[in-house]
Amino acid sequence: MIALTFVTHDGNRVETLARAGTTVMEAARTANVPGILAECGGACACSTCHVYVDPNWLPKLDDADEMEADLLDFVWQPDAARSRLACQITLTDALAGLIVEVPANQG
Amino acid sequence: MKPIVIVGAGQAGSALAAKLRALGSEAPIRLVGAEPVPPYQRPPLSKKYLLGEVERERLYLRPESFYEDAGIELVTDTRVKALDANTLAVAFEDGASIACSAIALCTGAEPIRLPEAVGGTLGGVFTMRSLSDADALVPAFRAGARVLIVGGGYIGLEAAAVAASRGLEVTLVEMAPRILARVACAETAAWFKALHESHGVEIREGVGLRALVGDGTVRSAILSDGTELPVDLVVVGIGVRPETALAEAAGLAIENGIRVDAFGRTSEPGIFAAGDCASFPWNGGRIRLESVPNAIEQAEAVAATIMGVGAAYVARPWFWSDQYDVKLQIAGLNSGHDAVIVRPGDKPGSVSHWYFAGPRLLAVDAMNDPRAYMTAKRMIEAGQSPMPSAVANPAVPLKSLPTADALLTEQP
Ligand SMILES: Cc1cc2nc3c(=O)[nH]c(=O)nc-3n(C[C@H](O)[C@H](O)[C@H](O)COP(=O)(O)OP(=O)(O)OC[C@H]3O[C@@H](n4cnc5c(N)ncnc54)[C@H](O)[C@@H]3O)c2cc1C
Ligand code: FES
Repeated sequence: MIALTFVTHDGNRVETLARAGTTVMEAARTANVPGILAECGGACACSTCHVYVDPNWLPKLDDADEMEADLLDFVWQPDAARSRLACQITLTDALAGLIVEVPANQG
Repeated sequence: MKPIVIVGAGQAGSALAAKLRALGSEAPIRLVGAEPVPPYQRPPLSKKYLLGEVERERLYLRPESFYEDAGIELVTDTRVKALDANTLAVAFEDGASIACSAIALCTGAEPIRLPEAVGGTLGGVFTMRSLSDADALVPAFRAGARVLIVGGGYIGLEAAAVAASRGLEVTLVEMAPRILARVACAETAAWFKALHESHGVEIREGVGLRALVGDGTVRSAILSDGTELPVDLVVVGIGVRPETALAEAAGLAIENGIRVDAFGRTSEPGIFAAGDCASFPWNGGRIRLESVPNAIEQAEAVAATIMGVGAAYVARPWFWSDQYDVKLQIAGLNSGHDAVIVRPGDKPGSVSHWYFAGPRLLAVDAMNDPRAYMTAKRMIEAGQSPMPSAVANPAVPLKSLPTADALLTEQP
């Protein structure tokens, strides 16, 4: 199991464990993290699983593909360096301890 | 304390239960579903799950422990047999019944099946609604098998795409003059027809199915133009009917689904409905949507109503479909459009179709063009409309499309 932490926009921390091979979005849904809607269930179609990745973890992530990058360009308050779609981050042992922030709005 | 009983443990039912807890409900919550599995997502059934790319557990919306931890009593494999609107009670098939503080109907929709008289009950004939439907279909999707898909809506087209990708020989028949006739413009239909043909799928428009023949198992299909087509299996994707039987028997008002108001209230006090089974007010009329976002958001609106913090539900319709390596994203509802503007995308193969009614933007179909989809969705939700001439000109960047105030410029 891989430990990860969600920091919600009001500063609450949700710490949880998830199976390697599943996504950060799935971990959020399981832990009922507020603010991650994930309407398309991970199809990279909705952008409502937007998160900001803690800068320390950015070097460990693969780059976003074109579809994800295009969606991110239009999310509420994008951060070119740290914005990702949680459903496109697959958890591996290298990401143990990952911290992501949840935006106030997925609008 | 009497429980809140949610009938139907699908996308809407599970969202409703979770939202009740998120809003602080301390009532006992019972989520009752006829299927033998916890609530799951259906969209992958005709996409990645059928392709064999996701395991079954990952379809579950939440692990079973979630319901336990949240104090939601999940009762699977159990059908609610009747409702009593006067006493606010639900009855089960084994004769038991419970008195409720509120009842939420999230019963979804049932696929329309081919009648037995035309061979609809032969072996090798499948529908696409439930996990068990998909599990039955997966082993029949063998390379080289000849499959007939009946119905050119999104589910039929997705099944065709998976079949072709897995090396089946695919024919799709659509009775209407073109595929996607009910849901998309001729431009979008033609685009998808060409896509499928480039993958070797034969699409026959304006051709219906007369009968399936076989002894026990389907062997051939007789089409409305008289041809007899040898087939090994048939996938029927001719639409769904809202599941309203319980509501109807209990005397609730039905109008293309269970009739609810903007707060999700049915015609009977204490009984609510959400998702594919419910029709709700929209633009002075009434609509029923069959989509995940609507199921979630309407269910959450009902939870808020039950908790006394309800606000009128305003649908923000959107939809997606995956076929081959194409992602279609749709924002808005196109009904009532009188013009379609085609806008080439920034990348090869990407394009978007913008539906207008007069000057007002109603909807967009974006094929591999998430930027167009996101732009249009924001505009539609904000009640803004871009100038059609600017939309048609790909040199005008999406982020600087000039807008016209739709309401001020609308024709009387
Ligand atoms: C193959 C397929 C692909 C799809 N693709 C997409 C897509 O790409 N995008 C999209 O937005 N939408 C898609 N949809 C539609 C989407 O899945 C539905 O809109 C959504 O599931 C509706 O949720 P619901 O809760 O209203 O109904 P459902 O999810 O159907 O749940 C209703 C549940 O109620 C149960 N039930 C009914 N009657 C009773 C009773 N009397 N007692 C107990 N239980 C009962 C049923 O067994 C069922 O489990 C797809 C659907 C299918 C079938
Ligand atoms: S869940 Fe929809 S894009 Fe991530």
